[in-house]
This record gives sequence, C-alpha cells and structure tokens, in this order.
Amino acid sequence: MEAGMVTPAPALVRFSGIQKTYDGEHLVVKNLDLDIRKGEFITLLGPSGSGKTTSLMMLAGFEVPTHGEIYLGDRPIKNMPPHKRDIGMVFQNYALFPHLTIAENIAFPLSVRNTSKAEAQERVNAALRMIKMEAMAHRRPGQLSGGQQQRVALARALVFNPQLVLMDEPLGALDKRLREQMQLEIKQLHERMGITIVYVTHDQSEALTMSDRIAVFNDGIVQQIDRPDALYEHPANSFVAHFIGENNVLAGTVEAVDKDYCRVALAGGGTVTARAVNISGAGASTSLSVRPERIAIVPDGSSGDGANRLPARVQNTIYLGDHALAVLDVAGNGEFMVKLQPGAHDSLGHGENVFITFRPEDCLALDPV
Amino acid sequence: MTAASSTQTEVPLKRRLRRAERTRQLKALALVLPLLVFLLFTFAGPIAGMLWRAIDDREVRQVLPQTIAALADWDGKDLPDEKAYAALASDIQAARTSGTLAIAAKRLNYALNGFRTILTGTSRNLKAMPEAGTAKETLVKINAAWRERSTWTTIKDAGGPVTGFYLLAALDLTRNADSAIVAAPPDQAIYREVFTRTFLISLSVTALCLILGFPVAYLLATLPPARSNLLMIFVLLPFWTSLLVRTCAWIVLLQSKGVVNDSLHWLGIIDEPLRLIYNRFGVCVAMTHVLLPFMILPLYSSMKAISPAYMRAAASLGAPPVTAFLRIYLPQTLPGIGAGSLLVFILALGYYITPALVGGAADQMISYFIALYTTETANWGLASALGAVLLLATILLALVYGKLVQGQQVTGGMKN
Repeated sequence: MEAGMVTPAPALVRFSGIQKTYDGEHLVVKNLDLDIRKGEFITLLGPSGSGKTTSLMMLAGFEVPTHGEIYLGDRPIKNMPPHKRDIGMVFQNYALFPHLTIAENIAFPLSVRNTSKAEAQERVNAALRMIKMEAMAHRRPGQLSGGQQQRVALARALVFNPQLVLMDEPLGALDKRLREQMQLEIKQLHERMGITIVYVTHDQSEALTMSDRIAVFNDGIVQQIDRPDALYEHPANSFVAHFIGENNVLAGTVEAVDKDYCRVALAGGGTVTARAVNISGAGASTSLSVRPERIAIVPDGSSGDGANRLPARVQNTIYLGDHALAVLDVAGNGEFMVKLQPGAHDSLGHGENVFITFRPEDCLALDPV
Repeated sequence: MTAASSTQTEVPLKRRLRRAERTRQLKALALVLPLLVFLLFTFAGPIAGMLWRAIDDREVRQVLPQTIAALADWDGKDLPDEKAYAALASDIQAARTSGTLAIAAKRLNYALNGFRTILTGTSRNLKAMPEAGTAKETLVKINAAWRERSTWTTIKDAGGPVTGFYLLAALDLTRNADSAIVAAPPDQAIYREVFTRTFLISLSVTALCLILGFPVAYLLATLPPARSNLLMIFVLLPFWTSLLVRTCAWIVLLQSKGVVNDSLHWLGIIDEPLRLIYNRFGVCVAMTHVLLPFMILPLYSSMKAISPAYMRAAASLGAPPVTAFLRIYLPQTLPGIGAGSLLVFILALGYYITPALVGGAADQMISYFIALYTTETANWGLASALGAVLLLATILLALVYGKLVQGQQVTGGMKN
C-alpha cells in the first residue's frame, strides 16, 4: 500500500488531544489527534456540523481549543494570535477587501510585513501573472466574477510564502464547471510550489480529486485518515464507506469468522461471504458494504467460483450517459444499485427476476448502521 | 443572419422598451405625487418665500412713491434738487393720511439709526404742503437732516424693489453714502461672530457624537442579535422623549444645586459648585445627547455591512489588530462616518431650543437670532437673510461632502 512512497515528511502541524465546545455541554470536536505533513495536500472532509471547520479555525487561530495543544513546527500555538502564525487563508466568500484594488489586496500581507516597495511590487506582479490577471490589477473586487475573486484570494494567501495555507470551502460559491476547473488549478499550484495545504470541504468528489490524504470527520471525531484510493477501497467503518462514493448496504448477522473472512446471514434472507473489516465476532450484527461497480447481474443462480450470489428483482433502470444504473430489490433493500455498461440497461425488464454476483473481497462487513 | 436581424429589430425594440419603461415611471410618479405636492406647499414654497424676503424691498417704494421716482436719476453726488423735496413733502402728506408712514420709517431706521425720528418729526411739523419752490427750505427748517446727503442716499438705497441690504447686514457689511460696500459699524457687526460660533458649536457636537457613538455602533454591529436589539432600544430611547423634556432634564442635572454638582460635592471632589450649565459646556453636552442617535444609526448600518471575515482575513494575512482596524475596518466605515457627521452637523446648525435653554448669552446660535427677528422685532428681511446665508453654507457643505464620497464609492457587502 505504501509502496512507491518515500518516508513520510515530518509533521508540520500536530493536533494533540484537541477538544472544543462552544456551550460547555456538547463537544464539537471530541478528541482530535492529527499530523499534517510538510508539503502535503490534506482535506478535512465531513458533513456540516462534523467539526472540520472548527478544527480549521483553531489552526488559523480564530477559535481557541477547550483542551489539548496544536503544534506548528515544534512550537505550541494555542495562545498565539492569528497574525503571528504565518498561515495563509482562503475564505468561503473570498473576503477580498472591497475598498482596495486587486493589486492592493494582494500587496496587503506584504505591506503589513514592511516588505520594501520594490520587492512587494515585484511579488505582486508575479502573483498576478500566476493567476493570469495582470490586466485587472487596478479593478476592485466588486467588478470581478466569482472565479476571478477566488483566484485573487488564492494569490493573496500565497504571496507572502506562508508555511501553511488553509482553505475553507473556497469553491462552494462557484458553479460546477468553474469549480472543477479551479480544483485542477489549485492542485497544480500545490504541486508547483510545494506548499502545505489544509482544505476543508463537504464535497467528497472534490476531496478525492485534490487530496494527498483525506481526514473524514463525523460527529466531532476523525473516522479515518488515508489516501483517497485507500478510503474508497478500505473504508474503516460504515460511515466512511457510505460518505465516500456510492455504496450498497445490506444488514445481517455474523454466523462464523474465518481469519479475514466471515459468513453473514442477511436479514432479508440468504447468506454471503464477506471480508471481516469491523465486526466484533460471531453473533454480532453487521452492515455489509458493496460498491455498485463491483456487482454483476447474471440470469441464473448457478454458483461456481465461490462468488456470492443473491436473487434480485429489477425495480428500475437509470440512464446516466457514460453508464447506467439498475435499481434492484435485494434481500429487503429496495434501493440496491448496480452499475451497468452503456447499452446494457435496455435488456432488463421492470419486475424481472435476476441474480447478482459479487466477490467476497468486494463485500465488506462493517459496524452496523 | 442572426446579427442582421437583430440590428433590424433594434430600433423598434428600443422604442418598445421606452414605452414599457414610461408606464413604469408614470406609476412611480403617481406613488410619490401626493408627498411631492405636500412638500411643494409646506417646504419648497415657504423656503422660496423666505429667500425672496431676504432681497424683497418694496416698503419704502409703496409709502414714498413720488420721492423714489424723483430720486431715480439723482447721481448722489450733491443734494437732490427741489423736485425731490417737493415729492417727499407730498408723499409724507399722503402717508400721514393713510397712516402708512411708520412702515417706511421702520425700514429706513434699519439702514440709518434715528431715521424714524426724522421722518415722524417732519411729518408732525409739516402742517401743509409747502409753496411751490420752497419745499427744500421748509423741510430743512423742520429738520437739518434733510441737508445731509446720507439721509437722501438712505432713501434712494431703500427704494427697491430688490436690495442687498439685508444680505450685506447678515455678513456684517453695509453700503456707505457713496454706495460702496464697507464693514458695518462695530455695534451692528455681530453676525459673523454668531455664524462662527454656530459652526464651532456644531463641529464640537459632531466630533463628540463621533467619539462617543463609534464604539457604541461597533458594539451594536458585533453583538449577537438578541443583545444588540436591547442595546438598540436604549439608543433609540431619546427619540421617544420630547426634546424639551430632555433639555430640561439636563438643567436639573447640571445646575449649580443639581445632581452632578451635589454628587461631586458629597464625594469631596469639589468645594464650590462647578459651572456646568448656561455656558458652552452645557450646550455641547445637551446637544450631543440629543443628536447622538443620528450619528450611531448611520455608523451602525455601515458597520453591519462589514463581514467579520474581513478582519479575520486581515489577521490571517499578518495584520495586528490595530493595523487591521485602521486599514481594513475604518476605511469601510467612512461612508457611515460621513453620513452621520453630515447629518449631525446640519441638524446642529439649526439648533434653537437647546442653546436657548441651557446656553448663556454668548452661546446663542444663529437660529436664536432668526427667531428673534421673526417674532420679536418683526425684521423679516434680516431674519430671512440670516436664514439664506445659513442655507447656502449648509448646501455648500453638502456638495463638498457629495464630492468627497463620490471619489471613493465603497461597497458594503462582501459579494456584489
């Protein structure tokens, strides 16, 4: 799994036992231990209210942890005011200063650091070149489109070469096409400049596109931190399996465990073999997770190669251009999705009885939902 | 193809747009029409009337028509000829009969102190119309003032129908016997000082309101809504009390046996009561109290539009709090500061009741004199001229302010 990766770079940021509460009753962040490596693009991903933005704000210095310590390099920064942290930040709504021109906005972090006029001018010009907006240097933020404002916010956060750049859902206000384009631009900037980026989003496809590593937040706890492909292929629990990518859930009870695999009796009838990932042992209830693209539809129930086979009834087919989905009723789950190749959806009639088959290694036995 | 067809339809399209817009504009006009008519009668009309009175000068012309006509081509270098004397004698006779002589006497007395005595004395002693050719001799015998050139230039200057006399007086200027504009005699030259005082008091009150109001507005804009609403009620509370009541409350508080002096005395801070009222201090305190909401509300609305993200962004970019405030926050509140200051300053310029109640003789503002001439001495010309000068100064200030804000249009919201 780690093949081809060099030894991980030393941690630039270390969250150590961080807790945060606003009202003294509920912990928004329950117990956060997280190392952010130098030069990596890490995404904090989770639904709203999961504690990801609060964690980012504590790192930026706008919120103070209730408990624990944050280290930047080797220095504890819990009580360091934000302006001394040397962290660039891109905000959700850009927060460009409306009374300053684009060039003045980008020059702001340089001028508060007393950079010489000539050097500041040079670096502002370089930053404007980087975002291809030299011609708009003397416009005001209000005269720019959302995408242009986003680029300026990016340039402003990078121009003073901070050791760390934080981004708080920076693409949330853009339309889909522009968002995808900006994702690639930010990714390229990261690779070219070798900066460390902490990115917050609730959009899993954005996280998968851009990140070196993703920390999945839910309910104030980091559920799993891993590379995008590892999160998808080896989710640690049902929440991660469900939050990253499409997922089919089948409820059942563990009958027997044999090393890495287990036999599971489904609540809706039938028995399957699954990889034992997150179960407590025989007799425990479990949620099985199967990805739609790892399932095949076959006309008969004859079993051969040890693969799982279950009867299914076709509910519907959905045409999506590059592929199609069949919605099946499998063991009591009426929204069981199977990915079909283009053209295959015509051959399935509504109400038709078929069989589905999937390999035991593609079926994960996880904690019950 | 499409380009060609669009240019073909362009002209009718524009016309159609204008027609559609016209209906909308007419509807908008209909909505504001009642208020417009109301304002025309209650605001624009009276102001135009007041401005007209500042230059209107027909009183002498109506009472002494023949004299004014006779003096029309008098060069003013020597005494007028016999014809003018005869005309004056005839006018005086006629005015005595109709009882209008006092109107002219009052107006001429403004220009030359003692003219009332000259005119009424002449009228009393002029029993009958003098013989032809002896008018000058008769009048000079009754009152030697008729031998003075200045007496006659005063009548000619007051001949109207329009005059700069009142406006000049409002600026401490007058015309001498040669019709040249010169400084008014020291005992009449008080208005420049009053104007200066009015502007100084207004400026002090504006500065005080800004200093006291800015932090409150900031608090209002940054507190959570529940608490800021409560605070807003306290800010607006003065609006629910009559101006007179609030001013009298200050008298109770600040007088020599008042609450403030008694408390300070009881605390042993002072032995003798401080003089807190019937002076400039009292005027500034009471006016600041009354005008504070007019500063806080525009400040509040401009601050409310500044997203907290700006200050966070400034901090994340390395600006210490003071730098962030001075370079990011303050510039964005400038429209609010400008609007609030202008509002308070202009309102303060017209203040009358508060200085009259809590100020001393040396703290009366221009409105006091306008009221004095309107109600006490009925010198409407001078009252109007003072009002016109004040109006002009205020309009000039508003124009300067408009130019200043035009240069730096600031958008309040984050996205636009």
